[in-house]
Amino acid sequence: MVNAPACLVRALAAALFLAVLAGCASIPPGAGTHPVDPLEVYNRHVFDLNERVDRALLKPIAQAYEAVVPEDLRICINNAFLNLLEPVNSINNLLQGKPSEAVADLCRMVVNSTVGLLGCFDVAAKAGAPRSHEDFGQTLGRWGMEPGPYFVLPLLGPSSVRDTAGRLFDFLGTDPLWYIRNIPLRNSLVGARLIDQRAALLPAEKVFEAAALDKYQFARDAYLQLRRNLVHDGNPPRLKDPDEDDDTAPAKPPAPAADQPPPQPAR
Amino acid sequence: MSYTNVIASLALAAGLLGGVLPASSAQAQGSASAALSAPDVLVKKLSDDVLDSIRRDPGLQAGDIARLNALVDEKILPYVDFTKMTRLAVGRGWRDATAEQRQALTREFRSLLVRTYAGAVSVVKDHKVELRPYRAAPTDTDVTVRTQVVASRGEPIQLDYRLEKTEAGWKIYDVNVLGVWLVENYRNTFASEISRGGVDGLIKSLVERNKALEARTS
Repeated sequence: MVNAPACLVRALAAALFLAVLAGCASIPPGAGTHPVDPLEVYNRHVFDLNERVDRALLKPIAQAYEAVVPEDLRICINNAFLNLLEPVNSINNLLQGKPSEAVADLCRMVVNSTVGLLGCFDVAAKAGAPRSHEDFGQTLGRWGMEPGPYFVLPLLGPSSVRDTAGRLFDFLGTDPLWYIRNIPLRNSLVGARLIDQRAALLPAEKVFEAAALDKYQFARDAYLQLRRNLVHDGNPPRLKDPDEDDDTAPAKPPAPAADQPPPQPAR
Repeated sequence: MSYTNVIASLALAAGLLGGVLPASSAQAQGSASAALSAPDVLVKKLSDDVLDSIRRDPGLQAGDIARLNALVDEKILPYVDFTKMTRLAVGRGWRDATAEQRQALTREFRSLLVRTYAGAVSVVKDHKVELRPYRAAPTDTDVTVRTQVVASRGEPIQLDYRLEKTEAGWKIYDVNVLGVWLVENYRNTFASEISRGGVDGLIKSLVERNKALEARTS
């Protein structure tokens, strides 16, 4: 019997294998010296690998999904998957000492699963109860744990040591999909959710690639800022600009070139 | 997990920024009267104005660089301190840069941002900007104005601005989409470029990137 998830897993394995064969990432000099990224050499290799797998497999599937499925249905599917994650939001809000948000998440799930037709429509948001975005990595952050070194996960993308631990907890502890006993169904849903999530990234991608001089670094710094913002629910304390005090000095005069007279002092 | 969905909003938000980010502080004297009003009022008015312009102009929605530059020059330039934005992003290297290098950095950085956002304005539909609660004393000279962008579909997107009070009124010098500050996000990249090839190396990278983007869009 051929089942779709098994095919997907095989295709993924094949793509991974090809990607590994295809070569390695270019590692710039000084990699790993930045305090947030001591694992940079490893990270760049995995980032590069992820990009290859994405280009070979995940992105084409997501593009096909976007081309074939109408936007309204895609939004419905996306909402339905997010609806299943409300217990994750709720538990983590509770662990972060926000009981009223925890209750609101559960109410959202009840309302959206019924009136919202199995989560297809986010009627609760329209009624003034916005969706939370909580996970265990954020809970650990709220408890005072620093993100630790930046850490790129194979296939899953940007993370940190703290958030990797958090993800593991979410996947195995609070993600409802992992409680489905019917393995082919569970795997199908996990695969479908992956494609749903990848398709949601498609519009952002072009902008991101245009903006980034170094895609790896840009993704890293955006990830770390994004997570810090999430840990503080949109209001992180301001970081001091490290160079604010000493870079307001007037410009240096241009270095005298051989064919130019030395610069005149400013009037 | 929901993190990917949050990221997906980045493109949308980037489109909404339209030209809010990219502007140069050169000849930034324009309509100083609006710039003298309270910072939150200024941000609201500017956002509404830019969104409205994008909606009314099919050329902008199609990512026409010339039109976007015109929009930036006309509507946004007077309210953004782009030199400060560039200086903060360049960080330590700014001290060692000559006046010409500083000008080149500012010009190329602005150009990169205009080109980046040209690809994103097409997502603007029925979006509106709402101010989030604003706390600042009247004596403050450096403030953060928090807003969120709402649309009939999709979740609200956090979009914040940092402004500094200058003699010519309030000027935006940093923008934040979903918690990601623009200046902060370029700082490490710029520092690496400078450590590899000096300030000229960074200018060269910016110029090359802009050329590549130009080739892609034309």
